[in-house]
Amino acid sequence: MDDAVNVAGSLRARLALTLIGSAAAIAILLFFVVRTYAAQIAQSGQDSILEASVASILDAATLRDGDVEVDFPYVAFSMLSTDADDRVFYAIWQEETLLSGYELLPVADAPDGGEIVHVSAIFDGAPVRVATAARILVGANTRTRVTVSVAQTQDALAGTLNKISRNVGLIGAGFFTLSVLVASWATNSTIRPLERLTHSITRRGPKDLSPVARPVPLEMAPLVTSLNSFMARLDTSLKQSEDFIAEAAHRVRTPLATVRSHAEATLQRVEREDNRQALRSMVRAIDESSRAAGQLLDHAMITFRADHLETRTLDLVELVEDLVTRLAPVAEMKDIALTVISEGAVSVEADSILLQNALRNLVENALKYAPEESEITLEVGASPRPRVEVRDEGPGFPPDQMQGLAVRFSRGDNAKDTIGSGLGLTIAQDVATAHGGELTLGNMPEGGACVTFLL
Amino acid sequence: MKFLLVEDNIELANAVSARLQLDGHVVDHADKIDDAMAFMQTGEYDLILLDIMLPDGDGRTFLKHHRSGKNDTPVIVLTARSQVSDRISLLDLGADDYMTKPFDHEELQARCRAVLRRNAGHAQSVTELGGVTLDPVAGRLTIGARAVTLRNRELRLLELLINAPGQIFSKAKLADRLFSYDEDVSENAIEVYIGRLRKHLEPSELRITTLRGLGYRLDHG
Repeated sequence: MDDAVNVAGSLRARLALTLIGSAAAIAILLFFVVRTYAAQIAQSGQDSILEASVASILDAATLRDGDVEVDFPYVAFSMLSTDADDRVFYAIWQEETLLSGYELLPVADAPDGGEIVHVSAIFDGAPVRVATAARILVGANTRTRVTVSVAQTQDALAGTLNKISRNVGLIGAGFFTLSVLVASWATNSTIRPLERLTHSITRRGPKDLSPVARPVPLEMAPLVTSLNSFMARLDTSLKQSEDFIAEAAHRVRTPLATVRSHAEATLQRVEREDNRQALRSMVRAIDESSRAAGQLLDHAMITFRADHLETRTLDLVELVEDLVTRLAPVAEMKDIALTVISEGAVSVEADSILLQNALRNLVENALKYAPEESEITLEVGASPRPRVEVRDEGPGFPPDQMQGLAVRFSRGDNAKDTIGSGLGLTIAQDVATAHGGELTLGNMPEGGACVTFLL
Repeated sequence: MKFLLVEDNIELANAVSARLQLDGHVVDHADKIDDAMAFMQTGEYDLILLDIMLPDGDGRTFLKHHRSGKNDTPVIVLTARSQVSDRISLLDLGADDYMTKPFDHEELQARCRAVLRRNAGHAQSVTELGGVTLDPVAGRLTIGARAVTLRNRELRLLELLINAPGQIFSKAKLADRLFSYDEDVSENAIEVYIGRLRKHLEPSELRITTLRGLGYRLDHG
C-alpha cells in the first residue's frame, strides 16, 4: 500500500509558475513602456522650450550695414530656467563664423527655412539637448545666413524621469504582488476539486467500490469516468472471487459433511475395533481439513482487513459475553464453565469482526486444551489498557516454546493429539498488532495457560 | 424431537437424517425453499436446520419470511461459508445459531439444546421410563419428587441409554459419543460417568448393568 507513486512535476507548481511568470513579464514590460513614453513626453517638453528660445533669438537677429546684430531677449534664457539649475549654452554663427557663444557646441545642419532641428550630444562632460535653426538675413546688397543653437543640460529631465521610473516601478511591483496573490488563489481553486476527489476516495471503507457521485469539473470527468469504470470492474471481480470462494467452500464442505455424518452414523452400528478406529480417524481428518480451511480463509480475510480497519466504538465486555453465549454449547460438551469477569463496560475503538475472530480463536484454543469439568475465565479490564485475559486449567504452554507459538503454523508439543491448524494464535496476534496492541502468552503459577490480548 | 431439515444436497440430507433418527428424532426433509414453506404450513417443528445455498434462492430469504410470519420455531443455519461477517449477518437475520459444515453431531445437539433452552416455553420432549423423567433440554433428571441437574456428559450418556433400554452399548461406542472422537480417551473415563449415573439413579427402578467384556445396559424393574 505504501508503493511510491512515480511523480513527474506538479500541476500546482506548473500553474503557479505560469501565472506568476507571466505577471512578472507583464510588470517588466509595463515598466519599460511607461518609462519610455514618459521620457519621450519629457523630452518633447524640453524641446519645445528650446525651440521657443532659439526662435526668439533668431527673431532678434537683424542685419545692419552688413553686420549681424543680435539683441538677446531676456526671455530667451529665462524661459529655460529649471529647478535643477540646468546649464544653458548657446552659439550664434554667421555663415561659418562664430558671432557669440561656445564655438565647440555641436551644431546640427539646419535648413534655411527656420525649421528647428534637435540633437542630443555630450558637451562639457554633460549630456545636452541642442536645438538649432538657421535663417537667411537679406540686407541692401547682402545675403547672409545666421545659425542659432541653444543647448541645455538634462538634469531636471533626468530627475523627472527618475521620479517617474520610481513610481512606475512601485506600480509594477504592486501589480506583481497582486498577481501572485491572484495566481495562488486561482491555483488553489483549480486544484481543490482534485483534492476533494482524492479525499473522498481515501476516506472510503475497504469494501466501498461505489462510483464517485459528487460533481466534478468538466476536465476531470474523463478521469472520474475511468476511475468509476475501474472500480466497477474491481467490484465485479471481487464479487466474483467472493462468490467463487463461497461456491468452492460449498462444493467442498457439503460432501465432507456427508462423509462425516455417514461416518458418525456408521460408528453407531459397527462393533469391530479396527473398523471403528478407521472411522474415527476419518472424522478427525475431516475436522482437521475443514478447520484448517476455515482458519486459512479467516487469516486471509484478516490480513486484508488489517490494512483498512473498519473501527467503531464498541463495548469489549458485551463482545466477550456474546462470544461466550456462542461458544457455551461447545464448552458444555466438555462440562467446562466459561466465566466472564468484568467491572462494567469497557469501551474501545476497534474492528468488531476482527476482534470477535481473534477472541474466538483464543477461547477455542482454551477449550481444546482445557480438561473436562474445568473452568475457563475471561477477564475483561480497562486499565492501563483495554485487555482480555483468557485463563484455562489446561497443561499451559511449554515454557521453552512460548516465543515461537504465535508464528504461522507452529504448534506446541502439548498439542499433538488435538485438532488444529496452528493459525489460531497467529490470527489473534495479527489482530492485536493491527489495533496497535499485542498478544502475550504466559502460564499461571498454579498451572494452566494465560493469554492476554491487549488493545 | 421433530426437525425440519432444509438441504438441497440429497446425500447430506440422508446422512444427517439417518444420524438424527439414530438418536430417536423425527426428521422431515425439504430440498428447496418452496417445499420448506409447504412443510411449515402443515407441520409443527421443534427446530429447523437450514442450508443457506438452495436451488430456488438464498436460505436468508426463507429466514426473513419465517421471522416476519411471527413463527418462533428456532432456526439453526448450516453454512458452508466460514467468513465471520457472514456468520454475524445470519444472526442479524434471525437465525438462532449457525454451524459450519462439516459439523459434529454432538455439537449440533448441544446447540439444539442451547437454542431450545433459550426459547423456553416451546415444545419440550421429555423421556419417561420406570418412574424416571429426563428433560434433555434442561438437563434435568426427575425421580419422584427429587430433581437433579445433570452434567452434560452424564446427560448425554443417560440419554443414549434411556432411549434404548435393554440394548448393550460397548465402552468404545459410548466413549466415541461422549468424547467427540478426537481425544485419547481411556475407557476408564466411561466408568467414572457410569458410576455417577448409577448414583443418580439409585432411588429409581432403573439399573445400569455391567456385562463384562461387552459393555453396559440399562435395565428397568
